[in-house]
Amino acid sequence: MSASTQPPSQSSRRPALIYGSIGLVLALLILGTGAFVWLTQGGTAALVGGPFTLQGGNGQQVTDRTFRGKYMLVYFGYTFCPDVCPTTLNEVADAMDKLGPKADRVQPIFISVDPKRDTPEVVKQYAAAFGSRLIGLTGTAEQIAAVAKEYRVYYAERRTGPGPNDYSMDHSSVLYLMDPDGKFVAPIRPDENGTEMAADISRLMS
Amino acid sequence: MKLPLSGLLSSMLVLAPAIATAQGDGIQIENAWSRAAMQGRIGVVYLTIVDHGAADRLTGISSPVAEKAELHESFSEGGVSKMRPVASLAVDKDKPVVLAPGGYHIMLMDLKRPLNQGDAFPVTLSFANTGQVTVQVAVQRPGAAMPMHGSGMPGTKH
Repeated sequence: MSASTQPPSQSSRRPALIYGSIGLVLALLILGTGAFVWLTQGGTAALVGGPFTLQGGNGQQVTDRTFRGKYMLVYFGYTFCPDVCPTTLNEVADAMDKLGPKADRVQPIFISVDPKRDTPEVVKQYAAAFGSRLIGLTGTAEQIAAVAKEYRVYYAERRTGPGPNDYSMDHSSVLYLMDPDGKFVAPIRPDENGTEMAADISRLMS
Repeated sequence: MKLPLSGLLSSMLVLAPAIATAQGDGIQIENAWSRAAMQGRIGVVYLTIVDHGAADRLTGISSPVAEKAELHESFSEGGVSKMRPVASLAVDKDKPVVLAPGGYHIMLMDLKRPLNQGDAFPVTLSFANTGQVTVQVAVQRPGAAMPMHGSGMPGTKH
């Protein structure tokens, strides 16, 4: 019984084995190349950030290239956030004060994840409340979606009532330091105080 | 707009005797403060509820400066900042409930007038047993992280 059935079944398995082996080798090659590229580009560096086009406080177009030559300290939030965002932005403003002369080489940027309510004018006024250095940026829903994706920022609308303004935004609480070429340097903890942030940023700057 | 650390510390030193409170039967509201905000936008109120009497429950909030005032809670979940309305908040005897940055706070919606630094405005808290307690809220700078000297002016019970 087994003698007659075994050979055909083995021969039919052989091509599967061969193709499987080729597939495995290819997969390893792809993974290996991917890991190599990932490592040589500085780990997660290649995964956070990228070109963006947004709107500044006067409705003017602002891109990542606008800030070349300066470190960017990027924070995502929204102006209808009464609690966490102002707290973090206050510490960012404090960190800029504590950085001393180095602060001139850092551009803190607030990017809204709530473009529906955060017009350029609103974002401009909001940013100005946290000192003269902070720049507020917003954009179309598509522009915000694109920059959030590049910076690996999650955001979602949560309804809190029936009114047009009755919603809050869930959003990744992140603060990223990008280098003068626009490349990712490191995340800065958003729950740190200004002194700690300034120390981290200063240490990461070359 | 930054307050030097020494100024902060000295203001904290004199804070305790300067705190006035709004008194309910057993409820006291302390350290009521807010941040400067624009008309038509949103605002925030932080305060501490102290209950020296029977257990009570905060069930509602209102203020003449806002169309609507709600109790909210901020929290972080897997690196994502979230904020949700909270229907009511239990207050137990001698266990102060602190509304502070990064946690419970009162959100003022659709401000009828700007909240300017140095201003004060009333907020009325409704408790299930105590009834209404009104407190004066001191407005600090936009990103203020804690109450400053003179926060929490005398309030009145209705």
